[in-house]
Amino acid sequence: MSLPFILFFVCALIAVGGALMLILAREPIHSALSLVLVMISLAVLYLLLGAEFIAAVQIIVYAGAIMVLFVFVIMLLNAGVEERTDFSKLAKYAGLPLGMFLLLELAHWMAHSVIGRTIANGSEAANTAASTRELSTQLFQKYLFPFEATSILILIAILGALVLAKKDE
Amino acid sequence: MNVVPISYYLVLSAILFGLGVVAFVFKRNIITIFMAIELMLNAVNLAFVAFARAHNQLDGLVFVFFVIVVAAAEAAVGLAIAITVYQNRRTLNIEQINLLKF
Repeated sequence: MSLPFILFFVCALIAVGGALMLILAREPIHSALSLVLVMISLAVLYLLLGAEFIAAVQIIVYAGAIMVLFVFVIMLLNAGVEERTDFSKLAKYAGLPLGMFLLLELAHWMAHSVIGRTIANGSEAANTAASTRELSTQLFQKYLFPFEATSILILIAILGALVLAKKDE
Repeated sequence: MNVVPISYYLVLSAILFGLGVVAFVFKRNIITIFMAIELMLNAVNLAFVAFARAHNQLDGLVFVFFVIVVAAAEAAVGLAIAITVYQNRRTLNIEQINLLKF
């Protein structure tokens, strides 16, 4: 067991544990905090994969901005313990086996796919210093039009959020 | 050199996506359901980054960038909808928000 393996397994365990906590927690604020845990451990995994810019963006935008928005809304609406409702019979008996089947199927095909078998062999050449520069070159040349389109998307989202959330006069 | 195989990341991504689906179906609070969507988007991002690493191409990272942007926009609009629903119906339980159900 080398250091990357140990780091991977620790972070994977934290991520899966956080996701389970999200499902099992009754209070929405606990779910939000466990989601932050998942996102931070995913950021460590991105660092492990050599995508340090994405890791920084993950921490700043996801764990920072988006989750603060979630927590803010939870506090604003004073969302308390969610009440459990009884599920339908079908969901009770068919849901768990089908969910497990989906999960195993996904994991199986991802683990045994052709691409899954290729191992990141010796790609240390993707040196960490140049990666962010190349990413920005890619983003502002090849993907310039989608980039500009997302700015319009963000603008529409801001306007939409404002219109939706404002009090009716 | 000893690196973690890409398939490990993909399996973790599949597990997280499955847990996100489970949370999406099981939770009854509209805000927690948005969180489940975020969890699924995160799982997809992990797969994107892993594939980008496996192919030594940066396009996957650019896609992750766009996914994060879209997730931010989606969270802003979705939470605004949640606030509006709460103002009108005084509840966040999706069992009671059934106006579009027939």
